[in-house]
Amino acid sequence: MTTVLAVLRRILAIFALPVALFLIWWYASADSTNFLLPPLKRILAAFPDTWLWDRFNGDVVPSLVRLAEGYALALLVGVALGVAIGSSRWLRSLVEPVLEFLRAVPPVALVPILFLLAGLGSTTKILVIISGCIWPILLNTVEGVRGVDPVLADTCRSYRVGGLLWLRTFVLRSASPQIVTGARQSLSVGIILMVISELKASSEGLGYTIQQFQQGFAYPQMWTGVLLLGLIGVLLSLIFRIVEAQVLGWYHGLRATERASR
Amino acid sequence: MLKVRSLRKVYDGHGRQVEALRDITFSVGSGEFVSVVGPSGCGKTTLLRLLAGLITATSGEVSVEDRPVSGPPDGLALVFQEYGRSLFPWLRVSANVELPLKAKGLPRAERERLVRESLSAVGLADAATAYPWQLSGGMQQRVAIARAIAFQPRVLLMDEPFAAVDAQTRADLEDLVRTVWQRFGMTLLFVTHDIDESAYLGERVIILSSSPTTVMEDLAIDLPAQRDQLETRSDPRFVELRHHVYAQVQKAKQSGSGAASREPGPAASSVA
Amino acid sequence: MSRFRTILGRVGRSPALLGVLGLVAFGGLVELLPHTGWVKAEYFPPSSRIARALWQVMGQATFRTALADTLGTWLTGLAIAVVGGVVVGVLIGSVPIVREFTASTIEFLRPIPSVALIPGLVVLLHQRQATLVIIVYASFWQVLVQVLYGVADVDPVTRDTARSYHLGPLRRIRYVVWPTALPYVVTGIRLAAAVALILTITGELIIGNPGLGKQIDLYYTALDAPSMFALVVVTGLIGVVANTITRAAERRVLRWHPSVRGELPV
Repeated sequence: MTTVLAVLRRILAIFALPVALFLIWWYASADSTNFLLPPLKRILAAFPDTWLWDRFNGDVVPSLVRLAEGYALALLVGVALGVAIGSSRWLRSLVEPVLEFLRAVPPVALVPILFLLAGLGSTTKILVIISGCIWPILLNTVEGVRGVDPVLADTCRSYRVGGLLWLRTFVLRSASPQIVTGARQSLSVGIILMVISELKASSEGLGYTIQQFQQGFAYPQMWTGVLLLGLIGVLLSLIFRIVEAQVLGWYHGLRATERASR
Repeated sequence: MLKVRSLRKVYDGHGRQVEALRDITFSVGSGEFVSVVGPSGCGKTTLLRLLAGLITATSGEVSVEDRPVSGPPDGLALVFQEYGRSLFPWLRVSANVELPLKAKGLPRAERERLVRESLSAVGLADAATAYPWQLSGGMQQRVAIARAIAFQPRVLLMDEPFAAVDAQTRADLEDLVRTVWQRFGMTLLFVTHDIDESAYLGERVIILSSSPTTVMEDLAIDLPAQRDQLETRSDPRFVELRHHVYAQVQKAKQSGSGAASREPGPAASSVA
Repeated sequence: MSRFRTILGRVGRSPALLGVLGLVAFGGLVELLPHTGWVKAEYFPPSSRIARALWQVMGQATFRTALADTLGTWLTGLAIAVVGGVVVGVLIGSVPIVREFTASTIEFLRPIPSVALIPGLVVLLHQRQATLVIIVYASFWQVLVQVLYGVADVDPVTRDTARSYHLGPLRRIRYVVWPTALPYVVTGIRLAAAVALILTITGELIIGNPGLGKQIDLYYTALDAPSMFALVVVTGLIGVVANTITRAAERRVLRWHPSVRGELPV
């Protein structure tokens, strides 16, 4: 009996507040005559017509594809460079000030420069995403590689574990918690940059479409776009957590054991 | 099998020089089980790390199987004191034991066989799918030993492996090490600060002085090959030997420098 | 030849000297890159040109106003986010039921990119208010999450001791919760400051709020690349200074704090 109660309580805890907020929004906006803030009912009703399926395929998908490409490249280059820099003390000292400066530049500020240098097409948008995503990954990878346990490093040396096996089974996995932290930050930055890269001088994309609605005074449609962006953010975050639980399952278990023995 | 001659190691850092070992000379024959004991801080771990090729000597010779050590030698395995940190937390027990075999390039069927055999040799056949951090300290050290065994080393070095384990578990692990040694016949060098343990386990005990470290004595342990926690430890011969080792270590701690060091060579001493 | 090698050796062992070398090499790279023809020279000026533009720009009154605007917006938004994040975080974190019931909402609202709100906010609010909202929205979560970690990290033994001595909620917060949570709060401020700076510039570039971002946009329209680069360097320097200050604060707070923390987000 208590487990049924426990499950019910869990469900309540997860849904109570969101549902309440949703209902508040629904009823508070129901009689809205404000042109700029239409009732939630109207916004949701406009959803299917606005996005399914032409605009979805023509604007949302390309945006997401660019995000995926930019993010993947940032991961690849960031981890590769991060491992190289983290493993070598002199290299790290050499590039550290330069990297500290480059990562402090808000990626948004680079957008006009990239427009000038690379034009206004899809490649530039991907470059914009990479320019922001790479820093958290790179810097966290460096930290992760630096912080490997020396006893483990000695174990590898003494058993002559080297080369690719050493990299895969030791360095990368040891640094993986820190790398995942960086990857999480990069995801938020990437979504922001995906939108920003489409708000200026673009001809397609999710951000562009929303802006078009706004400039054309089509407010219900605009709000559906805002909702869609929010949903995409939440979904991507969820996917990330699922992947993280797989990759870092051992780490969560390890920390739980440490905490229990504290 | 293992030869150490006039070994000297000086650590050099931040303007300070620390002489960890001054003049160490001894040798270990093939298949022998030798304990190394000495006061705290006398450089026992440094000695093992030199033999394992993890650090280089300042002067003197270190050779394993008649080849000078310039990096981790082939066929040598080292069991660390910090067993918890020497196992990879993201790998299950079986994967941990398998890793050095993968590095060696053995085919999968053979790797699996070796993993199975070594885990059952240490009594952990059921723990193969667990993660190291799910196991107790004693079990983790067994995994580390299993990993060393699976590697089929000709030389096994153990660095105070049971220092951080409770007394009962330690007794079990001591017997495990002797069983493993008798079964696989490798050359075993066992470093410990526990005087009883050094006499109980080894065929010889090398007693180190305190800093600046030299070999104080190379003592033969003429106890029977079959040893037992209860019987052997109450054997009068054991008590004599243990007493002698203890006295030597106390002398080493008090004098603060090596007593008259031995002539180089395998001439061991014995207690009349 | 051997003297050269000893100098090289000494540089190689000093992190500070290596760092300076790296900066110099980077400057040299930027100087040479436009001349190689790999990038369009008129849109990627050499570092000497950038330096000169920086000197010129900094002397102008418009620059000083823009800098003041950016700093003002950034710090205002950050302050609101930090205060809000700490207050809400301590309140939520201290009451387990509230924590449990708000967890899903937090996880849902957090990943929503604040730039998604830009079109909506632009029609509803003035430029400055809209910019502040996106700054606060994004930075608030950074602080909140860290504060929640901090409150959760309180040693149960300490907490029980306080309760057994009948310390009231306010005293408990002051003597038990706050000292434990402080390092997390400082980490949260560091992360929030970086995010807030990004969104400040975003607001200026996209929404048109006065500030350095808007200046960059104006130079972009005028195709004045050297001035654009100069302002980008300035924003970078602001970020570096902010990072250095918050990192130093973090280290000082962590030094006397016996906390057992895991990996620190960089």
